[in-house]
Amino acid sequence: MQPLLKVENLVKHYAAGRSAGTKVKLAALDGVSLSIPSGETLALVGESGSGKSTLALCIACLERPTSGNIWFEGIDVTALDENQQRLLRPQIQLVFQDPASSLNPRWTALDIVSEPFLVQRHFTKPDRAVRALQLLDRVAIPRKMAARRADELSGGQKQRLAIARALALEPKIIILDEALSALDCSVQAQIANLLLELQCSLGLTYLFITHNFAMAAHLADQIAVMDRGRIVESGPAENVLRSPRHQATRSLIAAMPRFIETPGVLVHS
Amino acid sequence: MGGKCLPLVQEMTLLLEVKNLHASYSARTGEVCPALSGINFELGPGEILGVLGESGSGKSTLAASLLQLLPASGKIRQGSILFEGKNLLKASPQDLRKIRGGRIGLIFQEPSSSLHPTLRIGQQVSDVLAAHMSLDRGALNEKTSQLLASVFSVDAERISRSYPHKLSGGQRQRVLIAQAIACGPSLVIADEPTASLDPTTQKEILQLFRTLRQNLGLAMILITHNPALLAGFADRILVLYAGRVAEIGPAAKVLSSPQHPYTVALLRCLPTDFDEDQNARRTRLHVIPGDPPDLSSLESGCRFESRCTERMEVCKCDEPAAAAVSKLHEVSCFKFAG
Repeated sequence: MQPLLKVENLVKHYAAGRSAGTKVKLAALDGVSLSIPSGETLALVGESGSGKSTLALCIACLERPTSGNIWFEGIDVTALDENQQRLLRPQIQLVFQDPASSLNPRWTALDIVSEPFLVQRHFTKPDRAVRALQLLDRVAIPRKMAARRADELSGGQKQRLAIARALALEPKIIILDEALSALDCSVQAQIANLLLELQCSLGLTYLFITHNFAMAAHLADQIAVMDRGRIVESGPAENVLRSPRHQATRSLIAAMPRFIETPGVLVHS
Repeated sequence: MGGKCLPLVQEMTLLLEVKNLHASYSARTGEVCPALSGINFELGPGEILGVLGESGSGKSTLAASLLQLLPASGKIRQGSILFEGKNLLKASPQDLRKIRGGRIGLIFQEPSSSLHPTLRIGQQVSDVLAAHMSLDRGALNEKTSQLLASVFSVDAERISRSYPHKLSGGQRQRVLIAQAIACGPSLVIADEPTASLDPTTQKEILQLFRTLRQNLGLAMILITHNPALLAGFADRILVLYAGRVAEIGPAAKVLSSPQHPYTVALLRCLPTDFDEDQNARRTRLHVIPGDPPDLSSLESGCRFESRCTERMEVCKCDEPAAAAVSKLHEVSCFKFAG
């Protein structure tokens, strides 16, 4: 069975100014390959600057790779033109780390989840309202909050709203780029549960990008580790966690703050 | 309110004593929101206190209150803050200016917005020194180099000549630390200093704090919502909930055998360590039901009552006072009331 998403040898260069007369290129992605089966979660972990967000932007068709291919349900996305890509974008959604900058603070919750319907010109006005309320239900935002402005919502509610908006056009895959990182621990647990539940009921596929290894370990079917624009290790989550092979993976596991109990004493590993 | 049962710190001279601190914000509508209610804690020289609190717990209000940096809408209503024997709430504006940055260093969350974008790093560190000390140019440059060398093991010279945008998040945070310790303070207050940093950098920054504590005898108040950050780092932990101290005690004790139902619930929300239980992966995490209370319309009784799995009748009527559960460990919960 073909994977939902397959990335092969993806390269993305950015121009980084001039040095001694020659143009300097920055290889944000230096030959990345991965694949995600439908309905699964791939956690992509790595340090800042490893290229995780660049990869997210390329997969979501918001950046054009320099070379390489991205296949979505067997379609070569990189070979499509702008118009064709626009038709595909609803199926690949993004949720970012900072809901405050990805949600218009002056819009109401209802307006925010309805916006995708307006942009893609789906449904009549009454239909939009019904569907928007259903989306809020789905992410457990009480209906009485529907008329509240985004800046009146808590961090956790904003992130639920961002997820509801991502669900509006019934995507196949959601890319979550550090989507839990700015939230309090108890709220992270709530959103993690919501993500698992939505995956179960809607058959969603997730690309979960994070530097929080503990949360990646909790949510992932597969883990891929990125280092300086390349995937240096990947495989089933249990394997990567129990027997990490690459130095970058071992460093990330070692840097993870963990509670290790020796009788009566907790130490930082 | 919440009287102390035991002296929590053995030292004869406490560095900081906060007693019965109350602070609130006034909305334009006239509503008063009590952000801190009856905060008590002590800090000894060279001690690291972790303040653990989620959004709305009052942790940033606490940081701001300690240095009298509350916004116009905020006010300290009651209490005392004794620092090196001096009550900060009664200090003159000139004295406060000398203390802030001089005796107490501050590190806040956003390194990218705390540094001036068009001044070189060396200049920005020198400026802090110049504000508090009268040094000639030569001495200023010497001290700046020393400071940067104490936080950057390599490349301190190059960093000194650089502009902030050339530095990574971790490097910028080190610069803020250099500024915070520039005048040899006895206390540094850091509010989520590693929030935007990745794990390896976080670990390095914590190690830097440990080294500075060792070399300079620096005490620290580290404010965070992440319990894991405090494991193996803080000496003691103060758990803040809805503006009150829920629990305070030795870090290892609070993390391994939390006593307050909120602390217990909070620590249970964390994903289980994957080495401990493989079957816990991809299962529902524990959550704390409900939401923190709306502080502008508080009802009587314990502030955690509506979310507490162990609530009793008395919890609805009164606020629990702090009670000792063991040496140096206090909890504000009716489970432990005498």
